[in-house]
Amino acid sequence: MVEAILAVSGLRKAFGALVATDGVSLDVREGETHAIIGPNGAGKTTLIGQLAGNLRPDEGRILFAGQDVTRLSAPQRARKGFARSFQITSIYRDFTALDNVALAVQAHAGHSFRFWRPARAEAALRQPAREVLREVGLAGRANVLAAELAHGEQRQLEVAMALATRPRLLLLDEPVAGMGLEESQRMVQFLAGLKGRQSIILVEHDMDAVFTLADRISVLVYGRIVASGAPAEVRANPEVKRAYLGEDA
Amino acid sequence: MSRRALALAALAALLVALPPVAAALGQPYYIDLVRRVMIFAIAAASLNLILGFGGLVSFGHAAYLGVGGYSVGILAFYGVNNGWLQWAVAIVASALVALVIGAISVRTRGIYFIMITLAFTQMLYYLGISAEEFGGDDGMRLKVKSQFSGLLDLDHPVAFYYLVLVLLFAVLYLVRRIVDSRFGMVLRASKSNEARSRAIGFSPYPYQLAAFVIAGAICGLAGALLANHTAYITPAYMDWTRSGEIMFMVILGGAGTIAGPALGAFALLVVEDLLSGWTAHWQVILGPLLVLSVLFFRRGLAGLLPREARRG
Amino acid sequence: MSYGILVFEQLLNGIQLGVTLFLMAAGLTLVFGIMNLVNLAHGSLYMVGAYLTVCAVQWTGSYLAGVALGLAGTLVVGMLVEVIALRTLYERDHLDQVLATFGLILFFNEAIVLIWGRSALYTSLPAWLQGHVELIPGSIYPVYRVAVIGVGLAVAAGLWYVVTRTRLGMLIRAGASNRTMVAALGVNIRLLYTLVFGLGAALAGLAGLMAGPIYAVQPGMGELILIQVFVVIVIGGIGSIRGALVGSLVVGIVDTLGRAFLKPVLGHVISPPAAEAAGPALASMLIYLLMAVVLALRPEGLFPARGGR
Repeated sequence: MVEAILAVSGLRKAFGALVATDGVSLDVREGETHAIIGPNGAGKTTLIGQLAGNLRPDEGRILFAGQDVTRLSAPQRARKGFARSFQITSIYRDFTALDNVALAVQAHAGHSFRFWRPARAEAALRQPAREVLREVGLAGRANVLAAELAHGEQRQLEVAMALATRPRLLLLDEPVAGMGLEESQRMVQFLAGLKGRQSIILVEHDMDAVFTLADRISVLVYGRIVASGAPAEVRANPEVKRAYLGEDA
Repeated sequence: MSRRALALAALAALLVALPPVAAALGQPYYIDLVRRVMIFAIAAASLNLILGFGGLVSFGHAAYLGVGGYSVGILAFYGVNNGWLQWAVAIVASALVALVIGAISVRTRGIYFIMITLAFTQMLYYLGISAEEFGGDDGMRLKVKSQFSGLLDLDHPVAFYYLVLVLLFAVLYLVRRIVDSRFGMVLRASKSNEARSRAIGFSPYPYQLAAFVIAGAICGLAGALLANHTAYITPAYMDWTRSGEIMFMVILGGAGTIAGPALGAFALLVVEDLLSGWTAHWQVILGPLLVLSVLFFRRGLAGLLPREARRG
Repeated sequence: MSYGILVFEQLLNGIQLGVTLFLMAAGLTLVFGIMNLVNLAHGSLYMVGAYLTVCAVQWTGSYLAGVALGLAGTLVVGMLVEVIALRTLYERDHLDQVLATFGLILFFNEAIVLIWGRSALYTSLPAWLQGHVELIPGSIYPVYRVAVIGVGLAVAAGLWYVVTRTRLGMLIRAGASNRTMVAALGVNIRLLYTLVFGLGAALAGLAGLMAGPIYAVQPGMGELILIQVFVVIVIGGIGSIRGALVGSLVVGIVDTLGRAFLKPVLGHVISPPAAEAAGPALASMLIYLLMAVVLALRPEGLFPARGGR
């Protein structure tokens, strides 16, 4: 029996009269790439917010590696091994790419109440950071200011930072958003390389990426999961077709 | 040495050379003026840690000048003139006050934080005014300066000048080590992108609070120095316009740079000195000057120095 | 004089301070909430209102004409400040706004000194506002203060009406809770900002001209009250008129009653000499302690306008 790294049950979140998350339950198995898709307005952002710890659900439970993390804040979840990338690039623009990743490494390498030794001189931080940059393909851009990286490189940096924390679960929020064709393909290839080794929740609009990478897909419509299973199943599901293509499908 | 380091070294050398030059020119006034500037540079450097590097817009930093100054004054009032003890109390008391104010304020954000830090400092100001024992609104004189068991005589203007100079260099160096350390990186990261910091596992609050306390402690030292410099301690040390002035020094000089606060302190206080020589109504000119500098001169004086080579 | 009468009168004083604070806080909290602008020079508009009115009254010989001119003048000064200095600050961060408006304060205070000197101005009241009135048997309370309370409450009611019942008010409330959304809906943001700022300036001027005869009309008068206004806004919540009203009354009453009664009350609990020393100190710190308590329990204030953003 494969262990579930993430088990969400009965999640509910309403903003006044608007029910953004309406009884969502799903699980992510260890080593699985689990995609979450859905039309715009389905409530993906709200769901991600609750998974990441930025939003408190009204009802429901989130179990991460068996532990109840529903009440934990985002930094607390991150320290337990949860990592995420943002849909709208959220990096440290005034630091170099290497600094960015090194900070992610630092967050998981002992405490940071050290006041004297320069962090940039710590091999324990710089080495792993360089390694991750090499993995995502940004090794040559290590010393470039993040603000000066191309959009696609910044998306790569997003993923790099999440990976640098050596997470148990990685949540990727539209990793190829805004990327050109070539760049997307490279990113998808890279993510494919992580399959099996890394548990991933992939929230994406790009169907090529989803069907290449996903072991399972859950479809979110109006705050509810209407279908969940292997890609072929989901593709054939009439409810899913209706949600995406309208009543005439 | 890089060009930037050379420029800064030149400025430092000017500071070191000032007393003999001023004495030779028969202008001892400048020793006094520059010493005062350097004391405020220390205060500004401490604010720069939390404001320039940490992004915490604290509008109540002058509180610690008051706590430091009154620590010296009150101890002297009761006959305790030992400088080591006075200054230690000044630093520790400021750290404690910063801890209390910070614990409440740092949890808030944006406009709230600005107003709350201002309000707390105002509270201390009123406390100072109502302390009749210690002069209330009029303040109290420091009849005997801090005594350092014969090692240093603060009544000697040049000796005192060099002490402040050494302390200024030490503070600037300390701030530099702190901002480059792991702690400093987290602080700066929280300023740069708080959501990102939280997502990788840093809760900003403990780091910002710690920085707040450190900044308060350093400013407390500046307060102790100021008390000895003016030999007079009044609640006006904590006046909110004083907080605003220190903020201006940080911004004018270049927030988030090491040399910035010192440059800013010089610029602001020298300009004030010049303007007040012209007219008693110098604030009518200074006010618009400050507004213009905020609108058009955002990078500050440190931006005029040669750029530092990009560090990897 | 009986204790009850004393408490009653101090309570009225507290309400009077409260409405003065409210007039200031209402404008400032809207400017904070809608334009995200920290305007430290708000106190300067209060001061300008007081000074212009005193002059206008002297010049025209009529109190009401003077008040009208003073208000109009403050509005004009406020508009000028907005157009010249503040427009560029809307996009800047709070630090820049704090520093720039701080510079404005220095300018205004010194400009006032240049024109009118440092000593307080004498404000004369018309006969129908002088004297006392017996509100409850045994209490003689100044007519002027009653008038101030009356005007303040009337303005509060008027504001409530505008904010909850008119289209402008709806835009204001929407803007306070989600500025970007309002802009996205195609509302003329520039015009809204100007109106809001003008409203705030007028309210500040009104507060200043009414406060003149009670407190002193002198340079720096704006900053003294401004910090109390900040406490009000922190307690009440940014962007919320309701919060401003509740906060103002609470702060006004707590501060006034504290200053009047803390020392004697303390004297019953601890020794009189200790109360003599600690009383005034504690009384002046009271509203800040209150602010700290509110913050500890509700960091966003009591009635924050900000919903999601």
